[in-house]
Amino acid sequence: MKSGIKDKVVIAGMGCSRFGERWDCGPDDLMVEAFNEALLDACIERDQIEAAWLGVFFDEQNTGKSSLPMSIALRLPNIPTTRVENLCATGTEALRGAVYAVAAGACEIALAMGVEKLKDTGFGGLPERTKGTFEDLYLPTSTAPGAFAQLASAYAERYGYSMKDLKRAMAHISVKSHENATRNAKAHLRNRITEQQVLESMPISYPLNVLDCCGVSDGAACAIVTTPEVARRLGLRDVVAVKALQLAASNGVEMGHQSWDGSHTLTTPLAAKRAYAEAGIQNPREQIDLIEVHDCFSITELVLMEDLGLSDMGRSPHDVLDGRYDRDGAIPCQIDGGLKCFGHPIGATGLRMAYEIYLQLLGRAGERQLRGRSGNGPAFGLTHNLGGIPNRNIASVSILGLLAA
Amino acid sequence: MTALGSIHGYGVHIPRLRLSREVIAAAMSWANAPARGAARGTRAVGNWDEDALTMAVEAARRCGATPLHGKPLQAMFFCSTTAPFVDRDDAVLVASALDLPDSVETLNLGASMRAGTSGLITALLRTTGNTLLVASDARTTRSGSPQEMTYGDASAAMLVGPAAAGSLATVVAARRVGSDFVDHYRMSGADFDYALEERWIRDEFLLKIIPTTVAQVLSDARVPAESVRHVVIPTSPATAKRLAQACDVSTARRDERVLTQCGDAGVALPLLMIADALEAAEPEEFILAVGIGQGVDVILLKAETGVCSASKDLTRALAAGHEEPSYVRYLAHRGLLDVDFGMRAERDQRTAHSVAFRKRSVLNAFTGGRCRNCGTVQFPQSRVCVNPECRQTDTQSPHRLADSQGRVKSFTEDWQAYAARPPYVYGNVEFAEGGNLLMEFTDIEPGRIKVNDAVRFVYRIKDEDRARGFRRYFWKATAT
Repeated sequence: MKSGIKDKVVIAGMGCSRFGERWDCGPDDLMVEAFNEALLDACIERDQIEAAWLGVFFDEQNTGKSSLPMSIALRLPNIPTTRVENLCATGTEALRGAVYAVAAGACEIALAMGVEKLKDTGFGGLPERTKGTFEDLYLPTSTAPGAFAQLASAYAERYGYSMKDLKRAMAHISVKSHENATRNAKAHLRNRITEQQVLESMPISYPLNVLDCCGVSDGAACAIVTTPEVARRLGLRDVVAVKALQLAASNGVEMGHQSWDGSHTLTTPLAAKRAYAEAGIQNPREQIDLIEVHDCFSITELVLMEDLGLSDMGRSPHDVLDGRYDRDGAIPCQIDGGLKCFGHPIGATGLRMAYEIYLQLLGRAGERQLRGRSGNGPAFGLTHNLGGIPNRNIASVSILGLLAA
Repeated sequence: MTALGSIHGYGVHIPRLRLSREVIAAAMSWANAPARGAARGTRAVGNWDEDALTMAVEAARRCGATPLHGKPLQAMFFCSTTAPFVDRDDAVLVASALDLPDSVETLNLGASMRAGTSGLITALLRTTGNTLLVASDARTTRSGSPQEMTYGDASAAMLVGPAAAGSLATVVAARRVGSDFVDHYRMSGADFDYALEERWIRDEFLLKIIPTTVAQVLSDARVPAESVRHVVIPTSPATAKRLAQACDVSTARRDERVLTQCGDAGVALPLLMIADALEAAEPEEFILAVGIGQGVDVILLKAETGVCSASKDLTRALAAGHEEPSYVRYLAHRGLLDVDFGMRAERDQRTAHSVAFRKRSVLNAFTGGRCRNCGTVQFPQSRVCVNPECRQTDTQSPHRLADSQGRVKSFTEDWQAYAARPPYVYGNVEFAEGGNLLMEFTDIEPGRIKVNDAVRFVYRIKDEDRARGFRRYFWKATAT
């Protein structure tokens, strides 16, 4: 019988670059910035790392292919390195590779690195990309906001919301994330905004306005993972363990079968259910202290609250407006500012989310530190990525918690 | 001459966008002063994603599914002087989009404004089999030119075959006469027509060749001129009036609405006017139709009982207009204005032609699959059924979705994506028989689309590979 990943692998150290329009930095600079922080955090030498995974998505305008850009930038000691790419779940996929390798006993210390240099594209928004030789011939040349905006019209229709009401809840999501980011020096966007500003900002893709969209930023984040035994040997006291790492990938139903109504992500509930089971979480609404979800657009975060089982179906707009996911709400969401304020350097995002959960669990989140349900700090944090578009995607859900929890 | 062939059906496509001639005059009469006097009515202008080929497909589909698919088609003629490809068989592509069998004979006709009527005569004189004739033109006109005011984009299709009960009209006599008279011309590769003086054309060419040929045709048919009830003369109304008098058919009905509301649609114009006559004719009435271009074609038709139940597709198409308020946007759509659409428009649109050929039925005819195990319809056809309850391998038969009813499940109006006519509108569409596809929408103004709206599907330009000079097509959703 499978035993799952729970408590088999711990995080020895993490690093995260400052996110933003890092005009003076290339992907190598960003990786070094995150890596140096993680090495110091883990109190290990570079040559103790035995294997490494690199997550990067847009290799064309960025690093180029393969894991070599990481191996070369960090001058890793000719260890096995692997590049992974799984759309917006790429960063989490790098973590998964490293964690599984340690859990398998293939190595004791592994590195998961995610990086994306988006601002060498030459324009705002994400770079253009091919969908493959066949699909380019019939699928629309959609943008990310356009593909995610679909959720809003379908959601409003399914639950009978007027677009005006739905947009108010969506606006609150952006306001909340900007508020959180004012407490985070590594965030790209650190300004406060109002719901009115969101509603009156420039239309991007109906019904999304520019302030419903996450920023476009450069960044890198990484994790050094190891076994609990090695962590003890390294003298680490409070240790964050991986409680669950789950993926669910579309198989074409959303794009091609009439059973999907377009108002939710089909994969997220599946990944979440597996992750809760793997982590031994019976009631996520009562047990998860904080969440970092894939808020590429405000409407995405709104439907994800239901897809993750944290709001009742059709009730997310009410919960959002009631402040349930605010900093002082029951389940703070995007306490670091989220994709909204960090932007979405794709390869880095999943690891950036894990970095915030890691800091919060260890009580190292500074002025944005949460007290958690117990009052003594959070015990469980969840990260979620949605790689792709609602029509087809890879949902990842990971749960981190203190080793003792 | 004995009756050989009949017109069994017709279809018309006039692009939805109509540019008011007043709008053109307001923009350009500073350079073309006579435009002010001619500023009546509208001209049809194709949307950015329409060309002679897509318009031909739409007119052919309007011909009606029953004759197209019920009776085997032997041939398909595509007539145009503005076909997108000079060397790639446009007719074969039209046939492919219509899902016609590969065995259907295809022929491209062009090179003269007579191509539509010449094709019609050829089809009418074929003694066996049904022929689908499609005439379509979208001629680009120079800004400020007289042609800018008079031309229009449109297509017409006719299903022609051996005389049979229920047909619309039967040919009684026809002649084709050549004459190297250059009323206007366009050399290969040129963007615009070069037109000569109208009075010279009228007096030296039209008033000489048409009455003579008409008299011969009427004589061939032993039909007196006064029996002609409908006459089709594809010239300006004033010239048509003079010609009708010269042919002794001045009491016959002459259409002016096609020119007033749509404009001179090139090779399609006489066929659109014949469609007008078919919509007005009573059984047994004679229709005399002329085609003009380096000679003349004259066709004498006799209306049959089928005209009583004719589809009135021209009337429908003329009425289905939406005013294009922007002359500047029209210029951009026709490639007459070099607009900066930003870096997103630089996207490389290279086609993997091996893929396009392998998937030609999917891409040209909009063919999906229907699972023989569970009945699920899906697009595109795939090896393994998409139904999560089925997922059987190699159980799908081709299932064409082009004529299905669609329903909007979700949509967006995307102002960030590159679009020749922003916003770029797309969404999830569910087919009535099942299946879902994320599709582009066309001919829908911003703010007009809603979830659950019914949509139908049209064959349109998907994008253009400017680096390699190649145009790609696919199906889009539009309002029913």
